[in-house]
Amino acid sequence: MRVEIDEAKCQGHGRCFAVAPGVFDSDELGQGLVIGDGEVPAALEELARLAEQNCPEYAITLIE
Amino acid sequence: MSDHPVTDFATDFDHTDPAWVRDPYPIWDDLRERCPVAHTERYGGAWLPTRHADVTAIAHDTEHFTSRVVIVSEGRPNELALPAPIGVAPPITSDPPFHAHARRLLQPVFAPAEVARLEPFVRSLCGRLLEPLLEATGFDASLDFAEHIPVAVIARMLGFPEEDGDLFRGFVHEIIEAVDLPPAERIERFAPIEAYFVERIAEHQIQPRDDLTSFLLGADIDGHPLAPEHVFGTMVLLIVAGIDTTWSAIGSAIWHLAQHPADLAQLVADPSLLPTAIEEFLRAYAPVTMARLVKEDLDFDGCAMKRDDWVLLSFPAANRDPEVFDDADTVVLDRVVNRHAAFGLGIHRCLGSNLARMEMRVALEELLRRFPAFSLADPAAVVWSQGQVRGPRELPLRIE
Repeated sequence: MRVEIDEAKCQGHGRCFAVAPGVFDSDELGQGLVIGDGEVPAALEELARLAEQNCPEYAITLIE
Repeated sequence: MSDHPVTDFATDFDHTDPAWVRDPYPIWDDLRERCPVAHTERYGGAWLPTRHADVTAIAHDTEHFTSRVVIVSEGRPNELALPAPIGVAPPITSDPPFHAHARRLLQPVFAPAEVARLEPFVRSLCGRLLEPLLEATGFDASLDFAEHIPVAVIARMLGFPEEDGDLFRGFVHEIIEAVDLPPAERIERFAPIEAYFVERIAEHQIQPRDDLTSFLLGADIDGHPLAPEHVFGTMVLLIVAGIDTTWSAIGSAIWHLAQHPADLAQLVADPSLLPTAIEEFLRAYAPVTMARLVKEDLDFDGCAMKRDDWVLLSFPAANRDPEVFDDADTVVLDRVVNRHAAFGLGIHRCLGSNLARMEMRVALEELLRRFPAFSLADPAAVVWSQGQVRGPRELPLRIE
């Protein structure tokens, strides 16, 4: 699984890095960012899915 | 509140009507079925979308809806607003492209890492508020606890005296709640607020400090210092947007727990459930409704909106839309999928959302740790705020 954040849609709600801190992080402005190259370790896939489902702006895409 | 009670919210809604203030949720559920965009001639003409999809569409459409004034009140917007692009309280009253500059300036201050630095202060503050109440058989969770938290936090951030908290609460009341007064009277009442801020700014100009006021006074956008009305407006924004909103969110969560002993017991037994529960409290009892103004006449979903009509952008109503949320009118503490809009949607997402969440979590952690069992002393004694920020202003608890 890979994850992407659409920067044009992200408004910094911060749900992704709260729900899946191993997959997402915050930049210095509080905007969401993907950790590393976006490849999600198998153990974190469930959390990544949950982060996608909690983004109020529908800014996260999962590629499976 | 208006002199004319509402008979049909679909054609004559008023968000200061006693029925709305008491319990708005059945009203919104009814409108969502019937309209779903309600209208009123009050306030010079206003619209109320109740579906999540419509609230989202308008929040995202900054081309047709301006944020120049975000609080619906009597009087026409031009009497109430500073000219674009800054607006009265940037960036919440700013439109693109200026909005992005004003917002970017403040974002680092409210980013998670900065907010985390304030957590020990909030925790010790909550302790100071609650410790004297340990032996009491009851206290007011709004007046004795919730309202003091955001006041102290914002005072600390701006570098204002903590003991001026009562003053700030008065300011917030004038700006947010006294929306049904004539414009001239509102403007008159604003004078002492302005005078207070001018004084604080002058102090900081003489003696700069490590706080947000000095930060704003020293800030620039593309090499240009902020206009004085920008600095002033942003300080007003922090007071207005940062205080009764968070106070309301904390109060509503406590109000819920006071009536749902099973939910209370579950959170007391396992405080690690709090972050998920807090998102659910934010969804179900979202405190904040913002407004937009229609820029030019347009048709929205069959509604003939006129230039300068208000749109009451009810994020709380969107959060109760059964199209988006299963069992939308029920608080489900472990609702793990919760795409709620309590902090707004689009470019004006609440700048202080990380701060608000931290304050809510710490407040509830510290409360539940000391008071594992409480209930409403008298449900009829709970007093709710009027206007676009909803929360309990009086919340007497019985400690068990």
